[in-house]
Amino acid sequence: MDLPSERKIGLRFTKIEKRYGAVYALKNVDLTIAPGDCVALTGRNGSGKTTLLRIASKLTRPTRGELSFSGMAENGNPQAGFVAHTTMVYDELSAEENLLFFAKILGVVNRAQRVEQLLREVGLAERKDSLVRTFSRGMRQRVAIARALLANPSLLLFDEPATGLDPEATAWFIERLRKLRDSGCTILMSLHGESEVARLATRAVRLEAGSVVADTCAGATFQSIFLFAGG
Amino acid sequence: MMKRVVLSAAAVLLVIAAAYASFFVAPEERTMGALQRIFYLHVSCAWAGLTAFSICFLCNLLYVWKRKEKYDWLGVSCAEVGTVFTTIVLISGPIWAKPAWGIYWTWDARLTSTFVLWLLYIAYLLLRTLIEEPDRRALLSALFGIFAFIDVPIVFGAIRWWRTQHPAPVIMGGPNSGLAPGMRGTFFFAVLAMHVFMWFLIAERYALEKMRGDVELLRQEAEVS
Amino acid sequence: MRLLSNAAALLGKEVRTEFRSRELLSTTIVFVLIVVVLFSFTFDPTSTESHRFGPGLLWLAFLFAASLMLQPCFLREQVNDTLSALRLAVVDPFAIFLAKIGANTLFLLLTELLMLPVFAALFNVTFRGQLPGILLTFFLGSLGISTAGTALAAISAQARMRELLLPLLLLPLLTPILVAATEVTVGLMSPDPVMQWKGIGFLAVFDVVFLTALWLFGEYLLEE
Repeated sequence: MDLPSERKIGLRFTKIEKRYGAVYALKNVDLTIAPGDCVALTGRNGSGKTTLLRIASKLTRPTRGELSFSGMAENGNPQAGFVAHTTMVYDELSAEENLLFFAKILGVVNRAQRVEQLLREVGLAERKDSLVRTFSRGMRQRVAIARALLANPSLLLFDEPATGLDPEATAWFIERLRKLRDSGCTILMSLHGESEVARLATRAVRLEAGSVVADTCAGATFQSIFLFAGG
Repeated sequence: MMKRVVLSAAAVLLVIAAAYASFFVAPEERTMGALQRIFYLHVSCAWAGLTAFSICFLCNLLYVWKRKEKYDWLGVSCAEVGTVFTTIVLISGPIWAKPAWGIYWTWDARLTSTFVLWLLYIAYLLLRTLIEEPDRRALLSALFGIFAFIDVPIVFGAIRWWRTQHPAPVIMGGPNSGLAPGMRGTFFFAVLAMHVFMWFLIAERYALEKMRGDVELLRQEAEVS
Repeated sequence: MRLLSNAAALLGKEVRTEFRSRELLSTTIVFVLIVVVLFSFTFDPTSTESHRFGPGLLWLAFLFAASLMLQPCFLREQVNDTLSALRLAVVDPFAIFLAKIGANTLFLLLTELLMLPVFAALFNVTFRGQLPGILLTFFLGSLGISTAGTALAAISAQARMRELLLPLLLLPLLTPILVAATEVTVGLMSPDPVMQWKGIGFLAVFDVVFLTALWLFGEYLLEE
């Protein structure tokens, strides 16, 4: 299921700044992400990874600077699939109800089928009628991933996506990610240290105190970028 | 600096002159005598208050559009000054009403609407104290300011209609109804003086807010490094 | 139109969720009941006076109840940051507001209609044959309360002291609703019922003005 080139999405962050009072979450970030790239973002807590992802998803407005998209999203909403720290699903609804609800809003065709397929893939088919309130952290994460994939987005944003996943689910996620990457999805993921997931990246960028300090595109090696990626 | 000194001097002098005019230049009113003179203070403050709130509304709109701090600073300055003038209106009304009607408060249409206006801007100011982050505070209070301001005409209209259903004593009639020529001059002079005074207060408050903003920025930068 | 279908889907979810637990409705209804009963102790309704001040107390009770009922509106969406999920999914953020306004109006209306017979009994008023007028008044009033309330709930959810803040912001803003709705209801419940179209006009104007304001500024209320 390869994405035709028109459907691929590229991003360009130009002089992005995000300020909360006098605290700079992001300072003068210039970053261009080519369509189909799979970029791993790393850095300590508070380095600005989450803020950058939220700006990419258009949830957060930068204080200064511009974000532009190329490809199908040039003038429109990229409708990125986003897996964040919080699960962004409703506790009082079941897994299936949550997915059906979001699928409806996103305008997904053949909702019921797609939801069933995704639930099977993430391994929650048996628990589809249980309220999310009863789920473990790992199960919630799987619902969140399913939600992100509902509309077959060409842009995926992951904030530490393997958190809470057991080895089996992690293996599934890595496989899925590989397929998404190979089909031309643009992926931007924030990671904590080198892991199996990081190995899928075609590029790595390190943030520190809101600025880009290392980039494999600028000659740094993967190892050096992940080497000091402590908590 | 020079401008501020000139403005302060002019404002104070004008207010003193207006007070003098209210007491000694304007003719005495037929039925109420000296008590009526409070009218010049009451109505000129009401108009100045409304002007201040209107400027606040414009600042709120400009902030939401442009996101420049100065609009937030000017907005809160106007809101505070407007609230002060409105407080004077709410106090001078009953001071007149007690000798005139024998009761401190009447649910007179304009006074009631002014009271609601006052409550709305007190709410605006309180809201600001409950949001710490400056950008959030500016945006959310600007949005509330917009909602409050567009509500004001509806409040005035609704309460005035309500009063036509249940008539009550009217405080000092309409502003220009039956204003004798001698009074008119004093009245407009009082309005002018109050507006200059309002402008002076807003300018000082703005300078203070700007300083606060700068100090806060420096303090936070010092904390971070 | 995507906006309307999004809003409808969201509205459906809000209503379905509420009817599953009914916690919001039940607490609101009981609260209004308590307030109305307490008012009836304080104001000793004899038949001649009660139709004149009764409706005012009724609407006051609705306003107090609403300012409590509207709190969870956006606080719920903060729990798992589902608000972000909604913002990502919908085309126009106004859909989120439309849905919540629709849901809140429905819940308020249900509460009011359930309270009507109780109120009539306690305050000795009748509304014989005036039901259409009362329904219209309740609807327009509730719509106004929900519109302003939902907007302000979005604001107060981002501030401290939010439980006290929402009533503080909302109640002065809703003065026109209180005044106009009370007058119309008084007219409908008096021994010679009369329909005050001017009052209805004020309610309608309030609704239109605030819906428009929310349409223009709603996205900034949700901004980060």
